[in-house]
Amino acid sequence: MKNQTWRGASVVVDANKVSRFGALYAAEYRIRNMLKWWQAILAFDIGNPVLFLTSIGIGVGSLVDKHTAGSGPDGVKYLTFLAPALLATAAIQSTMEEVTFPVMHGFEWRKIFHGMYAAGLTGKQIAQGVLISAITKGTFAVIIYWVVLWIFHAFDSLRSLWLIPIQIYFGACFGCIIMAVAAYVKKDDNWFAMLNRFVVAPMFLFSGTFYALSTLPLTVRWVGWISPLWHATEVGRYFAYRSEMPLQMLLVHFGYLTFLGLIGLFIAHRKFAQRLAQ
Amino acid sequence: MIVAKNLTKIYGDFTAVNGIDFSVAKGESFGLLGPNGAGKSTTMRMITATLQRSAGELSILGKDPEKAGPEIRAHLGVVPQADNLDTELKVFENLYIYGRYFGLTKKYLTPKIEELIAFAQLEEKRNAKVEQLSGGMKRRLTIARALVNEPEILLLDEPTTGLDPQARHVLWDRLFRLKEQGVTLVITTHYMDEAEQLCDRLIVMDEGKIMAEGSPASLISQHSSPEVVEVRFGSNRNAEVANQISNLGDRMDVLPDRILIYAQDGEAVLAQIIAAGHHPLTSLVRRSSLEDVFLRLTGRTLVD
Repeated sequence: MKNQTWRGASVVVDANKVSRFGALYAAEYRIRNMLKWWQAILAFDIGNPVLFLTSIGIGVGSLVDKHTAGSGPDGVKYLTFLAPALLATAAIQSTMEEVTFPVMHGFEWRKIFHGMYAAGLTGKQIAQGVLISAITKGTFAVIIYWVVLWIFHAFDSLRSLWLIPIQIYFGACFGCIIMAVAAYVKKDDNWFAMLNRFVVAPMFLFSGTFYALSTLPLTVRWVGWISPLWHATEVGRYFAYRSEMPLQMLLVHFGYLTFLGLIGLFIAHRKFAQRLAQ
Repeated sequence: MIVAKNLTKIYGDFTAVNGIDFSVAKGESFGLLGPNGAGKSTTMRMITATLQRSAGELSILGKDPEKAGPEIRAHLGVVPQADNLDTELKVFENLYIYGRYFGLTKKYLTPKIEELIAFAQLEEKRNAKVEQLSGGMKRRLTIARALVNEPEILLLDEPTTGLDPQARHVLWDRLFRLKEQGVTLVITTHYMDEAEQLCDRLIVMDEGKIMAEGSPASLISQHSSPEVVEVRFGSNRNAEVANQISNLGDRMDVLPDRILIYAQDGEAVLAQIIAAGHHPLTSLVRRSSLEDVFLRLTGRTLVD
């Protein structure tokens, strides 16, 4: 093995390059692993919106539109009202998938992160790599969802294209929070199923997804106010069809999600580094 | 390559590594021998710059791992105790992606991977998923993976634990080739035969401390006699017979299942035992090993 071509790691490896691009190398692994499942990911990313829009968007939508003469919540057809919330949900769900079980896989099941760490990547770089791969997956899901929404005539303006980068960004912010949580999980114990059941599902139901948040009684409306999905949906509705939104509200929505994302990223950085050095 | 002075690791009120000193020179094959829980793996993790020390000094490749951890790690090759290969990726993909962690380019990796696959004798499994490999093949792949960056030091934590004898011998052959070619090796093991085969020099560890240090041959000559007679008289009679033959050999250890007599000439001692009218159920004369050194130093066997 150590023959005339053996030059030694001090020549072969550029440690500065690793310190600059380590996060990308960690992401490359996750993306390569993800590509093993590309058919399943593609089928889900297309099938999910098509089925959902057919059943709820068109099915329920036609019922709502019939009773509101096509001017439902926010004065638009129901599918248009629903679309930004569905797109935000798709971004959140897709990103979340990539920061939950893959983190367990990395720390516990196959200990892949320990291999990365032993090779010179830092905990921070590995966390960032996971996030980059999650954003990549989220981007893919959001673009497909937007295309399906367009085909279903949920949007009538190309201004809705803004929703793609915006929801990818919000999905990433949410992903940071979940990644921070996942970094603490040592044994699954259905933890992620519970997270879905008791955090994501209520968020989906109480964030003004299917009806305007203002129709909820004040006693439960706070769930929407603290829900990342509500903030993402509000911004989405503004860019999809609303003519105006006070600047301060836009800043509140972006600020809140950015704040959550930064907190999540900060915690994830620390916990990844700490857990790998234990 | 590695210098440790008073190296210590404490977890709460448990001292896993208790102020040990050692050094490893370039091209040397260095072993840490000891039973499970002796502190070998903790020491190994500190040397691989993946675990912070609690006290003492440690220099790896001339750098302090607490200040230059990632830089040091990028120049090492690490074979962990438990394989952390990606079972969903193919053999060559595992090598490729591991090389990418070091920022190695496709141009470098393409021929390197073929070289490593040949070294690991996995040519026929190049495109197989890791989950289809045997335990020995996975270990060889993990070793090949650790060589992808042409490491300055290759560190192996219990490289053959859990493997069948044949797989162990194949692996030893691969490691011996690396040793012959001058790769600096650091190996932890609780197998004395492995340490004897692969290590130029080793430390014997127990309860976080170094009990002895030297080459396998010098440790044996310092701490044991050249030959050992193992005799079994049945668990009820071992102690009784031991009293009657206690004058034989240089030293004697009475274990629950057998008596060990350390001697210059084992065959002569066995002949004396039989001449005295004792007929062991089984008997064996063998040369002294590191196992005997460990027993002598700690009063316990390596696989207690």
